[in-house]
Amino acid sequence: MRKRLSLTNLAAGLVMFLVLWQVLAWVVNRPILPPPTVVLPVFVKLLPGVLGRHTLASAGRVLAATGAAALLATPIGLGLGQMRALDRIFSPLIAIVYPIPKIVLLPVIYVLFGISNFSKIFLIALILFFQVLVVVRDQAANLRPELIFSVRSLGAGRRALFRFVYLPASLPAVLTALRVSVGTAIAVLFIAEQSLTEWGLGYYIVVRTYQVLRYPEMYAGILAMSLLGLGLYFILDFAERRVNPHLYVEEG
Amino acid sequence: MIDVDDLTFVYGKHTPVFEGFNWHVETGEAWAVIGPSGCGKTTLLVLLTGLRHPSGGSIRIAGEPVTRPRPETGLILQDHGLLPWATIRENARLGLKIREFYGPDGRHAPRGERLSRAAAEERVQRWLERLGIAGLAQKYPQQVSGGQRQRTAIARTLALEPDLLLMDEPFSALDAPTREDLQELTVELQHETGLTMVIVTHNIEEAVYLGRKILVLHEPPNREAHIVENPGAGQPGYRNSAAYLQQIETVRGLLGGRA
Repeated sequence: MRKRLSLTNLAAGLVMFLVLWQVLAWVVNRPILPPPTVVLPVFVKLLPGVLGRHTLASAGRVLAATGAAALLATPIGLGLGQMRALDRIFSPLIAIVYPIPKIVLLPVIYVLFGISNFSKIFLIALILFFQVLVVVRDQAANLRPELIFSVRSLGAGRRALFRFVYLPASLPAVLTALRVSVGTAIAVLFIAEQSLTEWGLGYYIVVRTYQVLRYPEMYAGILAMSLLGLGLYFILDFAERRVNPHLYVEEG
Repeated sequence: MIDVDDLTFVYGKHTPVFEGFNWHVETGEAWAVIGPSGCGKTTLLVLLTGLRHPSGGSIRIAGEPVTRPRPETGLILQDHGLLPWATIRENARLGLKIREFYGPDGRHAPRGERLSRAAAEERVQRWLERLGIAGLAQKYPQQVSGGQRQRTAIARTLALEPDLLLMDEPFSALDAPTREDLQELTVELQHETGLTMVIVTHNIEEAVYLGRKILVLHEPPNREAHIVENPGAGQPGYRNSAAYLQQIETVRGLLGGRA
């Protein structure tokens, strides 16, 4: 049974985080670490304007990449998981490609797809694709043949098996894979957005604020990026619970 | 109900499991199939389901040659095969949902059967109650006992109102008291529904308790059906009678004292 982060815990964590930040700011006492009392008003002021537009640009890229990765990797993962012969052919390749830090391919992607939004989305989707692919494949391979056999005995053909077994079995795996890789996705987004774009939090944090020493604004950007990651994490976590309630019940 | 005529079945280049084998089951009969490991009892059941096909001869159920799984045949396996992410009620309803998904196409669901959603719910509820698991309807399989999971699998199959029930070692994974409970339940259900039933087991006591006729299989190739008439099966108190013990000895003798 997995623990659920309660609202009280969330509030407690937030308070502790802000207190720690404030104390650190006092101790360090340099412009590079402004206290939350300075940053939060800036954040609130900028969010409806320029910061909001950068945040939306970043969020749009992550969401597009997440959707594309899930839609492509799920069917392929299901196919590999259920067709042993196919999996035997491709699993060595996947094993080698999976751990490659895809960010190193960024220049290649720029050359191939141009300096565009698509290149950045492609890079993030590539990372998420392998995460989802591997988890869904393993999940589908773990479906016991006895389970498939007995559902077939109830009259299920290929279509019903997909609808009643494979889809519900893999959806939670997709969400889990996305949830655990959302941090990596945001990190890569940050790097990819530092150049060759005019919109996005990576660009805002590095080019528009850090390089011109606007530290409170920079922290507002960092805060926005953190909230983006946190928000995605909680949405995926919530969705996971909705599709997977049996993992959150007491064992009988 | 079941007509197996001149059946031959071979896996690859091995010794045939069946060779010119004949066997007939009448409607409403309760059969047990017993034999040592590798005798072909599960193979026979799989052939009856239509998931494998004879190498020679024919198998007909209700007069029709079996070429693919029949929607009117119910199957219960040792592994309950419940969906872990679905509640007991959702699992019990799965077969009816699959039928609704395809509609009465005669392939995946019997032709002509249209069940309203309310009627399906009502039928599932009735079987949950009959099997004593209605109180667990909102639980997930991992939250209930092995016996209750197998009861759910039985409810799921019986909710489809099959005319033939095939069972492959359905109670072998359960502890002894639970196993006896479910054996008694099986006898009751067979009485109530008049269902034709074939249970495959390696357990002599189970075969003698449940099968009013017992088909004894041997090391392949099986050419002849050795049948033990066992009219006492299903009578109250049979498990404690001298006739029961006598029949167990008979079957053990036929199996060569090995099984």
